[in-house]
Amino acid sequence: MSSSPEPASAAVAETEGASTKVDFSANLYASPREKAVKYGLGACALLTVLTTLGIIGILLYESVGFFLQVSVIDFLTGTEWRFASTDPSFGVLPLVAGTLLITVIAAAVAMPIGLASAIYISEYASPRARRWLKPSLEVLAGVPTVVYGFFALTFVSGVIIQGIDSSLPPLNALSAGLVVGIMIIPMVASVSEDAIRAVPNSLAEGAYALGATKFEVVLRVIVPAALSGIIASFILALSRAIGETMIVAIAAGATANLTANPLESIQTMTGFIVQVAKGDIDQGTISYQSLFAVGLLLYLITLGMNLAANWIIRRYRENY
Amino acid sequence: MEDNAFNPQLQKRRRYGQVITGLLFLATVFGLLVLATLIVDVVTTGAGWLSRSFISGYPGATPEGSGIWPAIVGSLYLMGVVAGTAVPIGVGTAVYLEEYADEGLFKRVIQVNITNLAGVPSVVYGILGLGVFVYLFAMGNSLLAAGLTLSLLVLPIVVISTQEAIRSIPQGIRESAFALGATRSQMIWHHLIPIALPGILTGVILSLSRAVGETAPLVLVGAALAINFTPAHLLDDFTALPMLVFQWTEEPGAAFQELAAAAIIVLLAFLLLMNLSAILLRNYFEDQLTG
Repeated sequence: MSSSPEPASAAVAETEGASTKVDFSANLYASPREKAVKYGLGACALLTVLTTLGIIGILLYESVGFFLQVSVIDFLTGTEWRFASTDPSFGVLPLVAGTLLITVIAAAVAMPIGLASAIYISEYASPRARRWLKPSLEVLAGVPTVVYGFFALTFVSGVIIQGIDSSLPPLNALSAGLVVGIMIIPMVASVSEDAIRAVPNSLAEGAYALGATKFEVVLRVIVPAALSGIIASFILALSRAIGETMIVAIAAGATANLTANPLESIQTMTGFIVQVAKGDIDQGTISYQSLFAVGLLLYLITLGMNLAANWIIRRYRENY
Repeated sequence: MEDNAFNPQLQKRRRYGQVITGLLFLATVFGLLVLATLIVDVVTTGAGWLSRSFISGYPGATPEGSGIWPAIVGSLYLMGVVAGTAVPIGVGTAVYLEEYADEGLFKRVIQVNITNLAGVPSVVYGILGLGVFVYLFAMGNSLLAAGLTLSLLVLPIVVISTQEAIRSIPQGIRESAFALGATRSQMIWHHLIPIALPGILTGVILSLSRAVGETAPLVLVGAALAINFTPAHLLDDFTALPMLVFQWTEEPGAAFQELAAAAIIVLLAFLLLMNLSAILLRNYFEDQLTG
């Protein structure tokens, strides 16, 4: 504890947050009961670390068995994915390409619409409109993904795409990608909005003083100032799109297909995992293990993106 | 105007601004329009199949006479398991991080870890459940295995919302409790938890509604697609509402898709009910605290 006079008012403690919290109970008698509570709660916290270790452990353990039979190079660079045939081939690129295709389509929907929603809600909407716009957008994130899958298959693909050209396949990357994009709109919107609202007012006031109009202030001053947060929101949302499972399992098809044509049936990494799991899988077979290898790849990709996004958000917070 | 070096073109710039405002507004309501379309689509497709026998019946080979009772029971059981495990562990973790943990490496590691867990795809939790609960702990394709998997999945939501609720409590509450001679655990139990309860409850209900809607982890841990009995105990086979929706959506034939839509109506109604109760509970507790 510092020797300088401590302004121990609640207001100071509040504004400075937990990092400067003064420990007023340091001199309390630490009874066995108090210690038990402390260690019990600590054990809960430790369990969250165990979860991560469990995920990594189980993915690595089964993947090692897989990579003893299929080399890592063949897995990462192979262009054929035939896991159930008598002459199996485990090149993951078609699955990665499928995931990428879905992600690109979803990004094309969610990035502009999510960002525009964030700008509108934070800069244009009246406080009253904001109060109902924000929660209604959040509802989009609360709809179960299997419901989105149903919507993608029966409406987006069945009514819209088939209505335009009924010769197109009912299972295609486009319908799944569009709906994944809609699902991640709230994620882009809410993280971007936080970033936009964190821009100090003085920047906008300076621009107004120079004679800029409202849209010039918003698009040329506020949005660029919030850019890192906005980029973080894009990365987070895309990582969600990569990990999204039920929409693609229902609407994108089940053919591991190395293609960039959004109107073809494809399969994503997550779609493959569900396809294998739906059938009865025997522990120890190579199809069982391939599920873990694909899962490991998926985990590493999303983990990398989440770490990058959170790093950007943290760095950005220090700027203002 | 033309030979003027300074030409603000205010008219033109304001028109631009209006067009852009319009575009931003359209983008904002686009999401809501899609949501409305989704609901109208589901209700018009499935409403005809809703009946008392649909709720209380069992899934069958033909759409006629199929029902969702075992799935409703299964989903309720899953919610029970999640509420019984994720809530105490999640609240405990949050209390530890906010009130006990010293600043330092250990706390940072746990905090970063929780943030990352929140971003792990649900299908990966399913893989964890398959490897650990189903095979390693030999629980089989049971309710318990699925419930524990879902608990781990929603744990970060409970932790983060509880942390936010606890963090917003003024430091003075803690100081006055200590000043009156409370120990740390008494201060937490008698002051922090009751004050943070509205926030905690909101997080709990959010996480329960997330758990009820999740499908991918259930597929991974091997939930049955259709069973004709209600699970009797935690190690029984089971099915759940989203599993039935998944199965019926994939089934060929328009009748099964209408059945899926009917099951979706029940699922969405249930989620709506939960979220409404979250709002009501929060208002109730906030009234109690202020009044």
